[in-house]
Amino acid sequence: MAFTPTKETYAGKVYPVTIGTGDSAVAFGGENVLPFHSFEGTTPNKPLIAFEIQDVPPSDWPENVQKAFEGISDDPVKWAKYCQNELKAKAIALRLVGTHPDRENRSPEDAVKTVKDVLAAVNVPLIILGSNHAEKDTSILVAVAEAAKDRNCIIGKAQEANYKTIAAAAMANNHKLIAMSELDINLSKQLNILISQMGFDKERVITDPMCSALGYGLEYTYSVMERIRLAALTQNDVTMQQPLLGDVGMYVWKVKETTASEADLPQWGSAEERGIAWEAETATALLIAGAELLIMRHPRAVGVVEKIIEELI
Amino acid sequence: MALSGVEIFKLLPKTNCKKCGHPTCLAFAMKLAQRQASLDSCPDVSEEAKKILGEASAPPVRPITFGAGDKAVKMGEETVLFRHDKKFVNPCAFAVEVKDTLSEAEISSLCEQVVSSEIDRVGQKLRIDSIMITNASGDAAKLEAAAKIVAAKAPAVPVIINTGNPQAAEAAIKIFAGKRPVLYGADASNAEAMTAIAKNNKAILGVVANGLDELVTLTEKVKGLGVEDMVIDSGARKAKDIIEHNTLIRRAAVKKNFKPLGYPVINFMQREDSLHEMLLAGIGIAKYASIIVLSSIEKWKNLVLFTLRQNIYTDPQVPMQVEQKIYTIGEPKPESPFLITTNFSLTYFIVSGEIENSKVPCRLAVMDCEGLSVLTAWAAGKFTASKIAQFITESGIEKEIATKELILPGYVAILSGSIEDKLPGWKVTVGPREANALPAFLKTRVA
Repeated sequence: MAFTPTKETYAGKVYPVTIGTGDSAVAFGGENVLPFHSFEGTTPNKPLIAFEIQDVPPSDWPENVQKAFEGISDDPVKWAKYCQNELKAKAIALRLVGTHPDRENRSPEDAVKTVKDVLAAVNVPLIILGSNHAEKDTSILVAVAEAAKDRNCIIGKAQEANYKTIAAAAMANNHKLIAMSELDINLSKQLNILISQMGFDKERVITDPMCSALGYGLEYTYSVMERIRLAALTQNDVTMQQPLLGDVGMYVWKVKETTASEADLPQWGSAEERGIAWEAETATALLIAGAELLIMRHPRAVGVVEKIIEELI
Repeated sequence: MALSGVEIFKLLPKTNCKKCGHPTCLAFAMKLAQRQASLDSCPDVSEEAKKILGEASAPPVRPITFGAGDKAVKMGEETVLFRHDKKFVNPCAFAVEVKDTLSEAEISSLCEQVVSSEIDRVGQKLRIDSIMITNASGDAAKLEAAAKIVAAKAPAVPVIINTGNPQAAEAAIKIFAGKRPVLYGADASNAEAMTAIAKNNKAILGVVANGLDELVTLTEKVKGLGVEDMVIDSGARKAKDIIEHNTLIRRAAVKKNFKPLGYPVINFMQREDSLHEMLLAGIGIAKYASIIVLSSIEKWKNLVLFTLRQNIYTDPQVPMQVEQKIYTIGEPKPESPFLITTNFSLTYFIVSGEIENSKVPCRLAVMDCEGLSVLTAWAAGKFTASKIAQFITESGIEKEIATKELILPGYVAILSGSIEDKLPGWKVTVGPREANALPAFLKTRVA
C-alpha cells in the first residue's frame, strides 16, 4: 500500500536575525517550518547558544556550575575570553546582575565599564542583560546600549513596565532587543505590538516568553512557545514571527534538582550529572518547542545540546 | 477521519425510542460524535451500522495494554499533535535494553535497577516501565537463558523480546505466558512466522521497516495475518529522522485516520554518551514515542526523563496540584517564619524554591484551592479569610510555633484584617507580591 505523507506548507516564516559584526557575526531564525521539520521546508540557520557570564563573581550559582569556571569567573573579561577562546562560544550573554539594588547595586558607570572591557576583549556577539529589576534596568541598559553602539548586540530585557526607554536606547544605538513577557501568548503579542508602534523594527526583536525549568512549569513555556510558532507559521501572524529566546541557565541552576547533594538525596543520583542533565534537557525541550536562541551556563550542557542540534538538522 | 454527528445520525434507526437515555436519535448521534456516549446503548442499531461506526469511532492510535497486573502500561489512544490542544493521553514507556551477551550478574543488576527505579514526584509514581531482552548473541539458547533471569528477577515488569529469529522468539516468549509481552523484530523477511508466534502467545508484535512505505505494507500484512496489536518502528534512529517519521505517523493517524499507521511507536535511542541518549529520549517524549528504548538508566537520568514525561503529559486544562499540608523547609524552629500559599504546583514550587534560596528555615502552609494560583484562587472564592482561618485552626500548627504570626501573599493583602478577626490571637503580616522578593523579605525578618 502506498503511503502519501501529509506535508504541511506554512504561510509564514520566522525573521532571521544577525548579531555581532564582521567575521564573528552569527545568524539565527529564518525558518519557514516548525522546529527541525526540514522534510517540509527550509531552516537556513541553526539555533544559537550563548554562554552566560556576569559582571560579579557567580557566588549565587550552585557549586556544580560555579566550579566549571573556577579561577576564571572572578573577572568578566577573563571569563568572556575563556568562553570565546577555550569553549569556542559563538555568542556570550553578559548579565549585569550586580546592578540589582538587592545585590551589589552597581551603578550605570560600573556597568558601562564592564561592557566596554568585555567588548574590547572578545569578538563574538554579545547579549547584554540587565538584572531584571524593571526600574534599575532602564538606567543601566540605556547607558550600556550607548557604550556598545554599533556592535550589533542584543539588549534586554524590555518588559511592559520599561520597554519604551530600553527600546529607544536599543534603536538609537543599532542593537537588537529582547522583549519579555510572563508566560502568556497574548501578553507576548501585545508587547511586540507596543514596541513596533514606537517605530522599532519588528524584525530586530527577540521574544522571550519567559523560561521555566524542567519540573517547574516547563510545560507552560513549552506550550506558549509552540503556540507562538504555530501562529507565526500557520496564521502568518507578523507580530509573532520573532525568534524565541530560552533563558535557560538562570532558571535551571536554582531548582532543587540542580542544587541538592547526592548525600541528601541518594535516590536522585550524581549531583553533578543531574545538574548538567537538567540544564541540557530543559534547553532541548525548548528547542523542540521553537526556541532559536538559548542562554546557558554549564560547558558540558552546552556541548551535548550542540551535539543533539547537529543530529537534528 | 471521525464521522460527524449528522453522518452518524444517518446510520441510526431514527426511531427516537429513548432507550439509549437520550431524547432523540440526533441527540445521541451528537454525543457519539463527541465520544461522550457508546454505541452499545442503542439496542436497535443494525450490524452494518455497528461495523461502520465501530471503525470510525476507534481512536486514531490503537489502544494497547502492554504487560499485565499493576505494572501494565497503556499505550496509544492519542488524538492530537500538540499538547495545548488536548491532553496527551498515555505517557510513553521507558524500556532498558538487556543484551543476552551480558553475564548473569550484569543482567540481574539491570533488573534490580529497574525494580528499584520508582520515584514519587508531585504525587505520581514514576519508574522505568519495561525491560527489552535483545538477542544480541544470535543464539536462541542464550536469549532464553537471559529471559529466564529477567522473569525471575523482575517478574512484574513488562518485557519486550527483541529478535528477528522466530525460533529464538518462540523459546523466549513462552516464559512470559499471560503477561502480554511485546515480540519485537517482525520485518518483511519473517512476518508470517513472527505473527504466528505473537498470535499463539497473545503477544503484541513489534514490526520494524526501512521507511514509512515499507512500514505501511508490513502493518497491513500483519493485520491480514490476524494480529492487530502492534507497535511500529520505521527504522529511524537519528534525531532528525525520528522527528520526521514520528510526526508523519502521528499526522497520518490523527488527521487522516490512516489505520495502517495508527499504532503506538517504538523508538531506539541508545547512544554511547548517556547525556546525549537522554536528550534524544527527551525528543521522543515530546514527539510521539510510546516506547523509548534506553541503554542505561542512571538515577539522575531517570529523574530527568520522568520529570519531562510528566511535564509533557500534564493535562493543559487541569492545573497540577500538590497535597494540602504544612511543609517544612530547612529545619524550622518554633520562632521561624510561617507562610501560606495555594496548592497550584507551580506556585508551590516557586514559593518553596525561593524560601530555600533564602536559606531561612520556614514553615509553609499549602492550602487546597483546587490547583489555582493565589490571585485566581482568591477571585474564585477558594482562598478566603474564613477558609484560611479554618485551615490554620484545623492544622494544629499553633502548638508548634512560638508566635502566632502568619505571612500572607502580598496579592491578597486585602484579607489580612478579616483573617485576624477570624483567628483570635494571630497577627497577619503581608508578605511580598512576587515570590522572587521572598529571600530579601525573609532575610530582613531574621536579621
